[in-house]
Amino acid sequence: MTTQPGSGERRVLSVERLSIDISHEHDTQRVVDDLNFALYAGRTLCIAGESGSGKSLSSLAIMGLLPKMARLPSGAILYGERDLLELPERAMQRLRGREIAMIFQEPMTSLNPLMTVGQQLEETIRRHKLAEGGQATQRAREMLDAVRVPHVEQRLKQHPHELSGGMRQRVMIAMAMVCRPKVLIADEPTTALDVTIQAQILELMRELQREFETALLMITHDMGVVAEMADDVVVMNQGIVEESATARAVFTAPQSAYTRKLLAAVPRLGTAPSRLPVHGTDVTRLEVNGLRVRFPVKRRSPFEVRREVCAVEDVNFTLGAGETLGIVGESGCGKSTTGKALMNMLDFSGSVRLDGRELNGMRGSELKAVRCDIQMIFQDPFAALNARKSVGELVGEPLLVHGLGDADERQRRVAELLEQVGLPAEVALRYPHQFSGGQRQRICIARALALNPKVIIADEPVSALDVSVQAQVLELLESLQREYGLSYVFISHDMAVIEQICHRVAVMYCGQIVEMGSCQQVLHNPQHPYTQRLLSAVPMPDVDQKRDFATLLHVTEVPDPIKPRGHQMPTLRYAESQAGHFVAMA
Amino acid sequence: MVWYIAKRVVYSLLILLGVTFVTYLLLYMIPADPARQIAGRSATAEVVANIRHQLGLDLPFYEQYVRYLGNLLQGDLGRSYVQRSEVSTLLASRVGPTLQLMVAGIGFELLIGITLGIVAALKRNSVLDQVLMAFSFIGVSSPHFIAAMLALYFFAVYLGWFPLGGYGGVEHLLLPAITLGVLGSGWYSRMVRSSMIDVLHQDFIRTARAKGLGRARVLLRHVLPNAIVPVIPMIGIDIGIFMSGLVVVESVFGWPGLGQLAWQAIQQVDIPIIVGVTMLSAVAIVLGNLVADLAVLFVDPRIDVTKT
Repeated sequence: MTTQPGSGERRVLSVERLSIDISHEHDTQRVVDDLNFALYAGRTLCIAGESGSGKSLSSLAIMGLLPKMARLPSGAILYGERDLLELPERAMQRLRGREIAMIFQEPMTSLNPLMTVGQQLEETIRRHKLAEGGQATQRAREMLDAVRVPHVEQRLKQHPHELSGGMRQRVMIAMAMVCRPKVLIADEPTTALDVTIQAQILELMRELQREFETALLMITHDMGVVAEMADDVVVMNQGIVEESATARAVFTAPQSAYTRKLLAAVPRLGTAPSRLPVHGTDVTRLEVNGLRVRFPVKRRSPFEVRREVCAVEDVNFTLGAGETLGIVGESGCGKSTTGKALMNMLDFSGSVRLDGRELNGMRGSELKAVRCDIQMIFQDPFAALNARKSVGELVGEPLLVHGLGDADERQRRVAELLEQVGLPAEVALRYPHQFSGGQRQRICIARALALNPKVIIADEPVSALDVSVQAQVLELLESLQREYGLSYVFISHDMAVIEQICHRVAVMYCGQIVEMGSCQQVLHNPQHPYTQRLLSAVPMPDVDQKRDFATLLHVTEVPDPIKPRGHQMPTLRYAESQAGHFVAMA
Repeated sequence: MVWYIAKRVVYSLLILLGVTFVTYLLLYMIPADPARQIAGRSATAEVVANIRHQLGLDLPFYEQYVRYLGNLLQGDLGRSYVQRSEVSTLLASRVGPTLQLMVAGIGFELLIGITLGIVAALKRNSVLDQVLMAFSFIGVSSPHFIAAMLALYFFAVYLGWFPLGGYGGVEHLLLPAITLGVLGSGWYSRMVRSSMIDVLHQDFIRTARAKGLGRARVLLRHVLPNAIVPVIPMIGIDIGIFMSGLVVVESVFGWPGLGQLAWQAIQQVDIPIIVGVTMLSAVAIVLGNLVADLAVLFVDPRIDVTKT
């Protein structure tokens, strides 16, 4: 597939010498500079790059949907004979959705919440006069069938909030493909989705592309997705094209230094050397037994049976000193809830012991004292820091709360902490908005370290970061562990990241651990069908390893976690196939 | 759903009970003496005491209140001290005109408020936007009695476009309704403006444009319905504020409604009428809020009453 476009392939659209400026009050900033590429019928071009590379703006320029501040000082977008940049708005409207369609990143917010799925699909059909009345409904039905949405009749009458993220993205694709456009632009279409759902959506797009001979332009930051989908690749960085070549060329012989750096930073599943605990794991830090978290569901009427969401069911594990345990699973599997329960941030049943002390039921000053030993790092470094406090205040706050040291001592400690996470001590006077995502996550780590904790719960700490920054933060976490013998509970959805940093890994599904063992055992020799399914869905940043996701395409029903109150879930029994490798038995 | 409504009705009844108590207590505590008002200036102390006894005003507060509540449960709102007729009859004769003016007034509020809000949101940060928002600010902050008199003078006396107050056909209704509408529209225009701007930045608006829809269609089908949702509960809340304006505007325009009745009753310390009008307004506000909250359920499918 990764060949040069032959003479048989029709060029559908070409972008020539495109530049985009964003003008603020007085100054203008060039965000895309001299971009060139061409789209061919039936071929896929991926624009890859990290945040701020200008990849999304380029796609919006094709659609003619650039924000008001954007100016186009030069360039042309040729579609057939016409230059889209010269086209009047009315003519653009006729092309949009009909010949050039787009899918967006956020399926949760990209559909109108007040209109049913059917209404939204039919709106496109009617707009472009493909069909009227009952035939429009029929057409919508067929399209939903084509994107493999189950129970189509029912779905047509549902509103977006009643559908899962994956389903919504299917509806988005159906809406984009319903007019059989010549060009489909997909802006990070799977970034907000779980890996198995991502695999389904990617496979679906490939199938539809084959069927309709669409030219596909995909914008993504994920090199795995690029390798999986692309025929041609454009690598962008800070608005500049770093490299433009066939996918094979980019992955096997990258020309630019930036591409090489980017590829080197991407964690590859199955390549990380297995990590051995630095300090002996004979000291047990955390011991979790029968952890269970349930949230009550509010009743509609006083006669209804009381029900609850079984978020975490009978979770058991231990965490040694200096060890990292990964908890991996898809959204809604209970991994974050487990993290919060370990921090005693919500009520749970079962037992969590930290160095032998029982945390369950701990309140007040006792709990406060324990919090010195167990700290948390959150996913979104932008939301986790109070924008009105300086970095010094933020990092020193835990010391203040626990009444440790006077102002001078605190200041010294803050400087020391900042240095530990690789930031100069002077930054203490600055405010969070002056830092990049990666730097902010370092600040969060410094804050978590302030009280010399023994255990850190890290909930998706690198998910919001670009790959190159992600690698640096992971390295920092590892070096801190070596130095201070920290134990991490590392919660993530990303298998490759887990493999890089964790000694052991637990796979969660529907609130339960279905498989646990060393990274080597679980990720290289998965035994449980769910783990196998999960791993087969991870796209590899390697053009020679294209995966066949077709088997994943049918939708699997996840069991409903809402049960009557006091419901006894069947206890999972585990088989220990190898020493330390536990697999839930069906 | 049935349970939700039942729960809301019970809450509403409790609110109404509280309203009767507070109004009754306030009127009990004011220094004005209704018995003396009725008796007239020249009456002897004996006559006044007699009237007081007849009306039951010499009883302790709790007894008066309990007696009132008892009557209320039987549908008896008492008799007016001054006009010597049943309060319920008086109220009934006034409800019609007031409802007319209310519906027309709130209609104009919404019409003016939503239109200005949309225009301001579309032209945000322009001079027009600033002028409109300044206008809405002046509207909500100008006192009703002055604004109503100015409107009456300018449009009815000076320009002669409308009749000089009074009750009758549409021409009588328009000026007071528009006055109320202009004065109350500021809340709505500001709210619609900010919620429109929010919605315009939403992802699904970009989706709608990417479908190839025209500007008008995007605006009417996608932006407006979403921007209107927060306005609906606002109407329920607004009824209370609207009522206070109504009392003043009715008096200025000589509109024979509840507001005018209340205005006269307050001047004469005619307690049964004051309590009656207050009760009726409270019922209107509670009912308005209930209807608004239920209406939102039909407009926005995401709202689940069982979770509120």
